[in-house]
Amino acid sequence: MINWFKFASPASFYPLAGKLWPWFAALATAFCAAGLWISFFVAPTDFQQGEGYRIIFIHVPASWMSMFIYCVMAFWAAIGITFNTRLSGMMSAALAPTGALFAFLSLWTGALWGKPMWGAWWVWDARLTSELILFFLYLGYIALTSAIDDPRRADKAGAIVALVGVVNVPIIYFSVKWWNTLHQGASVSLTKAPSMATTMLWGMLLMALAFWMYSIAMSLYRVRAIILEREHHAGWVAELPEMQR
Amino acid sequence: MNAFVAIVRRDLLLAARRKSEVLTALFFFMIVVSLFPLGIGPETAMLRRIAPGVLWVAALLAAMLSLNRLFATDHQDGTLEQMALSPTPLAVLVSGKVLAHWLTSGLPLVLLAPVLGLQFDLSARALGVLMISLLLGTPILSLIGAIGAALTLGVRGGGVLLSLLVLPLYIPALIFGAGAVEADVAGLGAGGHLSLLGALLALGVFFAPWAATAALRIALD
Repeated sequence: MINWFKFASPASFYPLAGKLWPWFAALATAFCAAGLWISFFVAPTDFQQGEGYRIIFIHVPASWMSMFIYCVMAFWAAIGITFNTRLSGMMSAALAPTGALFAFLSLWTGALWGKPMWGAWWVWDARLTSELILFFLYLGYIALTSAIDDPRRADKAGAIVALVGVVNVPIIYFSVKWWNTLHQGASVSLTKAPSMATTMLWGMLLMALAFWMYSIAMSLYRVRAIILEREHHAGWVAELPEMQR
Repeated sequence: MNAFVAIVRRDLLLAARRKSEVLTALFFFMIVVSLFPLGIGPETAMLRRIAPGVLWVAALLAAMLSLNRLFATDHQDGTLEQMALSPTPLAVLVSGKVLAHWLTSGLPLVLLAPVLGLQFDLSARALGVLMISLLLGTPILSLIGAIGAALTLGVRGGGVLLSLLVLPLYIPALIFGAGAVEADVAGLGAGGHLSLLGALLALGVFFAPWAATAALRIALD
């Protein structure tokens, strides 16, 4: 049985994260190479959308990850508030930029896909709008935590924002969805052709795995930097081999 | 309960002594609403269509203006710390402050909205629905805003940050509030939207003081 609480201490998590992140980075590269190969060379051309559809191999996994990372952030926030552990706040802070990046990527690729398919860079579709709001929530979290100087206070305040946000995400999603149906918006739908070729699905899943591994690798890497920054006065940091140089 | 009433009375008294703060937010609301016809043009058909959205967005912005002061003055003179130390649960006192905030910033907007709605050529029926939707919706703005105000207490650039944090969370209230009027004008009936707004209000009354209290405790640490 592993004693999980052992790794709740930054001093013991720092070396663990250091050992783990190269593995996740390697996995991300491998999955990304396989996923891109399938999506560009193996997956057939869509008979309706032509080659342009291939952007969904980036777009869909990015949207999934942006939502998933917000949930993970809220999870660490809840752990941090319940157990008052320092590392949880650092994990939340480390995840937020990656999540915001994926939300932005999803909006950006969505716009690039929308122009040739719908003839518009942006439509006020329920999913687009709620993704945009999710992006704003990430920005709010990052802005608040970076405006507070005391890191412990920043973590706790950020935790409340993340938790309030995660409660609101479904409410916002459904309100935007009903708003959209009331307005009878542009009559376009994001639903793809019902039978997606299996190779396409594989490409998308591989890319999702690649993004997932990338997020883990990046957040571990970033949490190491955060730990060093906050614990620079601690004895164990001074004894690290990378500090001897 | 006594403490709750006492806090509401105290905050109302303070607001009455500093009328300019309350009135500034009200005039801001009126000016923002009046700017839209100037920017868009005076066609009544167009104005009727945009009226609910304009009034609601202006109400969101006006609510933001007064949120900064919700806890800030009490924080500066140390009253907030005494409240946190008092035997009454802080959440009760926070609820009292939120109610007082709504009475001074939300309720005037509700009463003023029909007058401004007339400028947009809304029918009497639509004005009624607009008032009901604002009556249900503005307390949500005060409740959610209290969380943001507590989180940004004593933070650099708190005012701008507050809007970044709180405005995305206001979106459901905006959608159902403005949607109620539009649905009524379209002949669909505003009942569904108003019920959802009421549900949001019930959730907010229950959870928001609690979250705001947690945020205040962090700020007072």
